[in-house]
Amino acid sequence: MSKLRIATCSLAGCFGCHMSFLDLDEQLAGLAEQIELDRSPLTDIKHLAGDGIDIGLIEGGVCNAENVHTLREFRSRCRILVAVGACALTGGVPALRNGIPLAACLGEAYLHGPGIEAAGVPDDPELPLLLDRVYPLHEVVRIDHVLPGCPPPAAAFHALLTAIIAGQPPALEYALRRFD
Amino acid sequence: MNGNDFTFVLDGENIRFEPGQTIMEAATQAGIYIPHLCYHADYRPRGSCKLCTVKINGRFGSACTMPVQPGMQIDNDTDELTAMRRRLVQMLFVEGNHYCPHCEKSGNCQLQAVAYHVGMTDSHYPHFYPLRQLDASHPDMLLDRDRCIACELCVRASLESDGKAVFGLAGRGSRTRVVVNSESGLLGDSDFSADDVAARICPTGALIPKREAYLRPIGARQYDLRDIAHNAPPDPPSPEQMP
Amino acid sequence: MQAVDYRQINRILDEHRRDPLRLVQILVRIQHDYGGCPPAVRDYIAKAVNVPQAQVHGVVEFYHFLSPERLGDYRIYLSDNITDRMLGNERIMAVLQQDLQVRRGQPRADGRVHLDYTSCTGLCDQGPALLVNGRPITRLTPALAGEIAERINAAEPLDAWPAHWFQVEESLRLAGPVLAARSEPGRALQAAFQQGPERLLKEIDRSGLRGRGGAGFRTALKWRVSRDAPGKAHYVVCNADEGEPGTFKDRTLLTRFADEVFEGMTLGAYVIGAEQGFLYLRAEYGWLYPHLVAVLARRRAEHLLGHQILGHDFNFDIDIHLGAGAYVAGEESALIESLEGQRAVPRTRPPYTATHGYLHQPTICNNVETFVKTTLIARNGADWFLASGTRHSPGTKLLSVSGDVARPGIYEYPFGVSVQTILDACGATDTQAVQVGGPSGTCITPLEFGRAISFEDLSTGGSFMVFNRSRDMLAVVQNFTHFFAGESCGFCTPCRVGTQLLRQSIDKIMAGHASARELADIAETASTIRSMSHCGLGQTCANPLLDTLQRMRPLYESRLTSLDFVPGFDLDGALAPARELSRRDDAAAHLGQRCDELGCIVNSEGAGARR
Ligand SMILES: Cc1cc2nc3c(=O)[nH]c(=O)nc-3n(C[C@H](O)[C@H](O)[C@H](O)COP(=O)(O)O)c2cc1C
Ligand code: SF4
Ligand code: SF4
Ligand code: SF4
Ligand code: FES
Repeated sequence: MSKLRIATCSLAGCFGCHMSFLDLDEQLAGLAEQIELDRSPLTDIKHLAGDGIDIGLIEGGVCNAENVHTLREFRSRCRILVAVGACALTGGVPALRNGIPLAACLGEAYLHGPGIEAAGVPDDPELPLLLDRVYPLHEVVRIDHVLPGCPPPAAAFHALLTAIIAGQPPALEYALRRFD
Repeated sequence: MNGNDFTFVLDGENIRFEPGQTIMEAATQAGIYIPHLCYHADYRPRGSCKLCTVKINGRFGSACTMPVQPGMQIDNDTDELTAMRRRLVQMLFVEGNHYCPHCEKSGNCQLQAVAYHVGMTDSHYPHFYPLRQLDASHPDMLLDRDRCIACELCVRASLESDGKAVFGLAGRGSRTRVVVNSESGLLGDSDFSADDVAARICPTGALIPKREAYLRPIGARQYDLRDIAHNAPPDPPSPEQMP
Repeated sequence: MQAVDYRQINRILDEHRRDPLRLVQILVRIQHDYGGCPPAVRDYIAKAVNVPQAQVHGVVEFYHFLSPERLGDYRIYLSDNITDRMLGNERIMAVLQQDLQVRRGQPRADGRVHLDYTSCTGLCDQGPALLVNGRPITRLTPALAGEIAERINAAEPLDAWPAHWFQVEESLRLAGPVLAARSEPGRALQAAFQQGPERLLKEIDRSGLRGRGGAGFRTALKWRVSRDAPGKAHYVVCNADEGEPGTFKDRTLLTRFADEVFEGMTLGAYVIGAEQGFLYLRAEYGWLYPHLVAVLARRRAEHLLGHQILGHDFNFDIDIHLGAGAYVAGEESALIESLEGQRAVPRTRPPYTATHGYLHQPTICNNVETFVKTTLIARNGADWFLASGTRHSPGTKLLSVSGDVARPGIYEYPFGVSVQTILDACGATDTQAVQVGGPSGTCITPLEFGRAISFEDLSTGGSFMVFNRSRDMLAVVQNFTHFFAGESCGFCTPCRVGTQLLRQSIDKIMAGHASARELADIAETASTIRSMSHCGLGQTCANPLLDTLQRMRPLYESRLTSLDFVPGFDLDGALAPARELSRRDDAAAHLGQRCDELGCIVNSEGAGARR
């Protein structure tokens, strides 16, 4: 059987979910027999393989234009897309800014905040523009499975991946289904 | 059926009840969990969260307000009802701003626990991200409306247990919200006290005491390991509610 | 704007005996006089009538026509039923916004003018219509809207405006036994006194009269339960809230048959043993208030009301309570909450109104038309009533016909009449669909025009809206779905949140951004709302969507995107604030709403570019 190809990325997240994935420790060795990693901060591959990924794991919500592009790329290349962690599912901590107008956020960062020397909102086209608020993944693309938690426990990753490898619908037992 | 036959059927099981009891009261007494949020044994049922919706002789109704009749056939723990309740809980999540990872109530929150119970893993719907006013004016209590589910338990507790009427509901529709009885509308200017019964009644993290957050570590909190259905000891109906 | 004068407020409070039960009435009056109830006034009133500040706060924020802000000297509400839409109310709104220099829902810079839409004002036979400070202006044209704006800009008081502007026409198109009946006031009462209450109740029972407000409950049964229920006092309530969009027959009855309405209430009081009655008049019909008060006064003078009615040992009087803008207040237990000075939130049942109504005492609550029919039955007997209608729906029904018809207005038909018969009579051609019973009712297509208006087939409180083939039925669904989202009282979860979700869904479909898989999801959400909601509003709010999904699915399919998923929010719009702040407009500063299968950013609108 060929290995399942997995890609991961972090959008507006903190990499905590990735760290939790790595918490699988020695179980990773077992998984490595059945999966291989494509684009991921863990591999430093920057772009998704063109010929199809089996599972995409996305951490973090969608906060800017670049996140939208990345997410869409994942959606179009991955057979199964998984929203991983509270930020991907609800916006999470970054979404705390959702109650504050963007002008106030950028104003604080670039115009009136402490220690600002050359005040001005950057206009460099290389910088991705921020969305008016942080959105959960399911509002931007279709999502197939989710792993709740902040971060999801390592065992939840394991349960999800082994289920998919076995061709079964993933299900999380009570202790793995948590929102924090 | 003779006049003394006070039994009904809940998920196929014969249950005894006392005349005048609601379905919720009778089920609770029999040790059966029906999901609920706005119900509390000490107060008159309000019937607004609709989590306790059951099928009564084939028709939907609220367990917390419906009096039991002998011979009633009630479905509670069915796939159909669980799926619908999951949607309801998801509605409550997207309607407010629930960030469990940094919520002081997490692990001890009934909304979250009911969400776990009905198998919710995502919010399914678009989030509303409403703008709601936070009230930190009180020295000992915090009113974080982002997490309020408008269950009116604080309203009832303040009125019925504390004799104070600190809270009320205002607005309508999706703008319904808790307001405070004081000229400024701030909790700090009301006669609310952390010793009030209403200060401990909120099923979510909306109305919580200050300086008590995160005291219990993850893993040791009320709902960390056990489903709410097997968790809380059944609340016995208080004497004045018994017929 | 007039300064707040606490002596005048005291006078208002005294007129209402500082009675907390009259809180809504007090606030309606304050709103009328001051255009709003600011917090200071609110707290003053709370103290004066001795209720928690939070209650006054809650009431002010609950009703559409009450506001915490003072809305200015001219408060204009443009009716936004679908029939007003079809008659061009959006154009009227544009003219008013332009000429008055005001944005809808926002105060004008000088604070003198407030302009907004409101739910159906019950003038669908002569729309587009508006209310200005509670007074109706119908058959609006852009030219008339311009004239209205001129007078407002010149600060001309309403009394100086041409009186004929405020005329409401009553078009009785087809009179059956009710509309044709003319009787002297008191005849039915005399007949009742001859029979005595028990025989009168038996006669009503024998007539098989069922409630005309929509649900069709047996009137005699309700009255008997209420009569037999123990209580400190019994009450009679007439439901004149007529909030179902497309219904205006109670307006006609209150205008032309007020005596019959009040006499029916008096008969009800005679049967159940009540001394106090209330007519709950929807705020939109506030302009009928003086007329109704005059009829009441005349009836008192004629000893048809008040102490010892017609010399019998029977006392009864009627108070008119004004609503303040809330469709849900038509639900009878919510109506009673409103009568008690509260937010109009439906109560938990059981117990029912018949045994635990006003002040938790036995109360009968009936529709305007039901009371008129009672009067006629008392006068003419059950046999007369049974001569028309069907076995399970005896008698006639008043229908409010509007929409794409040559002759909108009131039609009285015996129950059992087919939809097609009505369509022929009102001059409807090329009809695509009929909404029977308003948004909460049923939407039918020509295949079903043979169906009958009756409780056993197509039940209706009176609304009958017709749509010809030029209409976009999904725009109709959208209008109705928005209506429910705006009218949900917010008490229960499924309706409070669910109506918002349905609104988002229909908007997404209309924008062409929904995919096929989402339709199933919408239907699932809709059925959760329908099954779990607390009152009829939530239980019916998904009907427009579900009915048309079932009967007109191709309409939906033609709007679905072939793509897997398209966001429900405006992606490019979500970048707009950042574009503005960074003063960027390069290709990378835009996002396409749609994403093609290969990757990204093929924007059908041409704004996007690949990074
Ligand atoms: C949301 C909602 C709105 C209603 N609005 C009205 C109304 O405007 N007028 C009315 O007569 N009944 C209305 N009803 C029905 C009333 O609750 C009640 O059934 C009726 O007034 C009983 O009178 P009847 O038996 O004479 O029909 C409404 C019900 C609901 C659920
Ligand atoms: S109140 Fe409960 S559900 Fe809401 S954020 Fe806090 S823990 Fe989560
Ligand atoms: S603050 Fe808490 S108790 Fe009060 S209504 Fe909100 S959720 Fe219920
Ligand atoms: S169904 Fe809607 S209108 Fe009725 S009680 Fe619930 S929220 Fe209020
Ligand atoms: S617990 Fe019954 S409706 Fe909330």
